[in-house]
Amino acid sequence: MIAHAIVFYIFSLIAIVSAIMVTVSKNTVNSVFFLILDFISISCLFIMIGAEFLGMIMLIVYVGAVAVLFLFVVMMLNVAQQKNEWFNSSGRSSHIPIGLLVSIIIFFELIIVIGGWKYKPDLLDSIAIEINTDLTNTQSLGSVIYTDYIHLFQLSGMVLLVAMIGAIVLTFRQRSGVKRQSYFKQISRDRKDGIELVDVENNKGVKIDA
Amino acid sequence: MLSIGLGHYLTLAAIIFTIGIVGIFLNRKNIIVILMSIELILLAVNINLVSFSIFINDLSGQVFTLFILTVAAAEAAIGLAIIVVYYRNSGTIRVEEIDRLKG
Repeated sequence: MIAHAIVFYIFSLIAIVSAIMVTVSKNTVNSVFFLILDFISISCLFIMIGAEFLGMIMLIVYVGAVAVLFLFVVMMLNVAQQKNEWFNSSGRSSHIPIGLLVSIIIFFELIIVIGGWKYKPDLLDSIAIEINTDLTNTQSLGSVIYTDYIHLFQLSGMVLLVAMIGAIVLTFRQRSGVKRQSYFKQISRDRKDGIELVDVENNKGVKIDA
Repeated sequence: MLSIGLGHYLTLAAIIFTIGIVGIFLNRKNIIVILMSIELILLAVNINLVSFSIFINDLSGQVFTLFILTVAAAEAAIGLAIIVVYYRNSGTIRVEEIDRLKG
């Protein structure tokens, strides 16, 4: 129990500190690094409380894909050296006190909700899918996703497909002045276009590229 | 204090959520950091769903976490594509200079 508590506090402390560093870091590359650290410590927490599959998926999806995507964009756009300054923005900086105030109010609202929260008396009766302790986490998730939630699962695949096509369409551009191979032209070319038969008169030759 | 319950996880999620909100409100320089703050907020929501799922012994929370993960990945990809296109067109992604809508 004590080990559980210690590990929880260590991981959550790392997560909170790195979340703060994500927002205040001067360098955007450092922000991405702290984002990766945050994801890793949260996925450790997930694995710790028994959601192993989600923890591993978080590692794969967030650290392996999303964070690397962020890193690519940061390095591609050459904004790594742009300073990420909060407080010395020139002029009309009246949003800072209001923003802090609203954030603090949101935080205390969340804390009040958590502190005053009690189980509804019949909450445990209204369980949709009970966790079967005989199966592993991955097995039980799979047995639910591919049966009860199959439509949502397919729809989420559709969301990913649309996002992929959308990202390609958004960033695709046709540059002018670049010589390209046109397969259609090459394949559809036939003998009539390529070869011309001319009757050459005697002693006159033939004019090329007339 | 030493027995970790649902409240601990919910408090952690609340703290990370608030940090994400603060990052969106107070960042005026770099729009990529705003996208990262959105990722932090989604992460806090995922913590809430998973911890409720474990402590109530109901699997559906983890299923929905999976779907939120999908949407978060799609949103990051589209958002970063939009940022790349904007940078190509206007040469800057500083939040203060993106004022074409005059909002």
